[in-house]
Amino acid sequence: MGKSADRITLQVARYRPEQDVAPSFQEYEVPCPKDWVVLDGLNYVKDRLDGTLSYRWSCRMGICGSCGMTVNGEPKLTCATFLTDYAPGPVRVEPLRNFPIVRDLIVEIGDFMRKLVTVKPWIVRTAEKPLSEGAYRQTPQELEEYKQFSMCINCMLCYAACPIYGLDPHFIGPAAIALAQRYNLDNRDEGNAERLQILSQHEGIWGCTFVGECTKVCPKHVDPAGAIQRYKLDASVEWLKSFFMPRGA
Amino acid sequence: MTELPLYTEHHPRWIRRRVSTYWWLGRGSYLVFILRELSSIFVAWFVLYLLLLVRRIGQGEGAYEYFLAWSARPLVLSLNVLSLFFVVFHAVTWFNLAPKAMVVHVGHTRVPGVLIAASNYGAWVVASAIVFWFVLGG
Repeated sequence: MGKSADRITLQVARYRPEQDVAPSFQEYEVPCPKDWVVLDGLNYVKDRLDGTLSYRWSCRMGICGSCGMTVNGEPKLTCATFLTDYAPGPVRVEPLRNFPIVRDLIVEIGDFMRKLVTVKPWIVRTAEKPLSEGAYRQTPQELEEYKQFSMCINCMLCYAACPIYGLDPHFIGPAAIALAQRYNLDNRDEGNAERLQILSQHEGIWGCTFVGECTKVCPKHVDPAGAIQRYKLDASVEWLKSFFMPRGA
Repeated sequence: MTELPLYTEHHPRWIRRRVSTYWWLGRGSYLVFILRELSSIFVAWFVLYLLLLVRRIGQGEGAYEYFLAWSARPLVLSLNVLSLFFVVFHAVTWFNLAPKAMVVHVGHTRVPGVLIAASNYGAWVVASAIVFWFVLGG
């Protein structure tokens, strides 16, 4: 099965809501050149073998974050996962875990999208300075503080890897917290207190028990687990401050 | 966020998969995580054991001798050996995770994570040395 040197078998999860009651697997044999990624294999299936296969993809270069799927049990960006790494195969391709399946490899991501906006992932200013004062300038050190967290592409691999999110769908999740930290650590931002109200709830940072898988699967080395633990420390300090100095320091 | 669209909440055709009760057996790192969480029970046992020891010492020499004899029983001894394993596991895993939560700056430079973990281990060695000094030499 999938043994020939230049071909590999894809076992692709199929779910057609109009005819299936549960997902099943369908096998396709696809070419396996050195430079082909799992997404190339899926595109080959779609173009040549079975046009009914549904999946999301866009940029093919690890930027858009659309093509996240479960490859041989691991959450992966299929545009960055080489078929030859799985030779002689078979390669099992399933939808991302912890999300409802809409069709085939497509999952429903509305939950993440709704959670993401609650942490205000944009620069919050109490007052904009006048244009005449020029741009908000930043030193390389100030940029370095948040740059790592700004690399997140919303691919949701971290949500698929997080058992807490699987068990408690109310948990706001790794990427949303990492993106909140991206703005909290930006010296141009003034939205820290607003985000703290959302993130310091039980479903926010305290839902995380530090399994650490989110960081391991992140294709952009964002380290959401680190972001959450740092935020726990910050939130605790804020709580202590409000406890001992209720009127503000 | 009251204006959030909630029209996607119910959809009878979506497949919602349940997480298995044994999800933590599916991956080595999940198992290590569960063992790390479980280790807190053994940490709590060592605290309790220490309190019991202090109480017996306060009750006099006879009570202390009885406590030592009780501690030498195979069951208590095995529990304590197991607890020691879990407490060391607890300490090591948390020391290794410390750099994730602590970001320390000296001037404008960020202290590398390795140094933060090393300082935790260093403090552990110093504390252990002090205890050894008390027990053996003091």
